[in-house]
Amino acid sequence: MSRLNVATVWLAGCSGCHMSFLDLDEWLLEFAELANVVYSPVASDTKVYPEGVDIALVEGGVANRDNLELILKVRARTRILVSFGDCAITANIPGMRNMLGGSEPVLRRAYLELADGSGALPQAPGLVPELLEQVLPVHQVVPVDVYLPGCPPSADRIRACLEPLLHGEWPVMEGAELIRFG
Amino acid sequence: MTVITLTIDGRSVATASGATLLEAARAGGSAIPTLCHLEGLSPVAACRLCLVEIDGDSRLQPACVTAAAEGMVVRTTSPRLAELRRTVIELLFTEGNHVCAICVANGHCELQDLAVAVGMDHSRLPYRFPSRSVDLSHPLFGLDHNRCILCTRCVRVCAEVEGAHVWDVGWRGEHCRIISGLDQPWGAVDACTDCGKCVQVCPTGALFHKGDGTEEKEGHPEQLQVLVRARQQGGAP
Ligand code: SF4
Ligand code: SF4
Ligand code: SF4
Ligand code: FES
Repeated sequence: MSRLNVATVWLAGCSGCHMSFLDLDEWLLEFAELANVVYSPVASDTKVYPEGVDIALVEGGVANRDNLELILKVRARTRILVSFGDCAITANIPGMRNMLGGSEPVLRRAYLELADGSGALPQAPGLVPELLEQVLPVHQVVPVDVYLPGCPPSADRIRACLEPLLHGEWPVMEGAELIRFG
Repeated sequence: MTVITLTIDGRSVATASGATLLEAARAGGSAIPTLCHLEGLSPVAACRLCLVEIDGDSRLQPACVTAAAEGMVVRTTSPRLAELRRTVIELLFTEGNHVCAICVANGHCELQDLAVAVGMDHSRLPYRFPSRSVDLSHPLFGLDHNRCILCTRCVRVCAEVEGAHVWDVGWRGEHCRIISGLDQPWGAVDACTDCGKCVQVCPTGALFHKGDGTEEKEGHPEQLQVLVRARQQGGAP
């Protein structure tokens, strides 16, 4: 079987899901035999998301314009999109800003109300990506093929999901070991 | 005691007349998921997780309050019921703000358990992200409305077992929430005896001990059951 093109993507998440991926330790050697890592914040220098990706693990919710542009590109260029971790699946911690109701009150809270007198709203169009009104789970923006819950999903859980995919099979995601949130 | 016989999931089950379908099904080896129901408290049929199919009845019936009857033919699992139960759990998750990773009940939460049981790996319904408050006015306990699923176990245990009736359900629709006293801060309600029974029976991380950190709250509904059984038998627990 030919090697699959695998990408990992970092949207609005803490990078903990990626750290858990690195916890796969020696299985990463086996993984490297089965896959080409074509795009990843932890395993590749490529800056542009390539065409023809077989599997993408997407960490994080969709929180700003950059995230939105990237996830649309990821969906268009990827065969199997895996929603990787609770932030991607439920918006989780980044989604807590949604309770303030919109991006404006969030920015005001962070940059003015909690500032020590010299606060100013960030203004750098084209440099600092604008916040979306709400942080959204990935599947509310584009279709998702596989859900891998957990905050973060443990290395064992990631392997249970990824290994079948690498062998052309569909993982059976059920039971507390594989789908419990948190 | 009269004994009645009915069919549950294709098995013949004998039970005392007056038993609920839930009691009969559990005795017959069928596992029906429940959430608002708690042995020792009066049933309210609020969560609708325990719905079952009964032959000859076009409506689904909640097993926790439906009396078993002679000759009934009941199904506790079917594709329709599985779909319904998953939707109920998705509704509970999306209605409030459940951020499991930083929850006192993470790993010991009945709502999380049920999400696993119904196979919920994501919600097909959009999240509401409502703005809700946290009441930390009680010296020992806290109430986080973000994680309350309105099962009313706290209301019932406080009124029926502790006899203090601190809790009630206020408002309607999306504004519906658990209130203490006359919608006062919990700490201002003199009727509260600080017994902590509401915290013990709460299925989620909504009610907690102030010292509980993430993953540290474990409910203990079985302590309530020991107390209720001892009272029914007239002895000290
Ligand atoms: S109450 Fe349960 S479901 Fe809700 S956030 Fe806490 S652990 Fe998760
Ligand atoms: S601590 Fe006891 S008296 Fe107070 S609200 Fe809870 S159950 Fe009721
Ligand atoms: S506080 Fe807990 S026990 Fe009370 S209604 Fe909410 S979830 Fe149920
Ligand atoms: S357990 Fe029967 S309706 Fe909640």
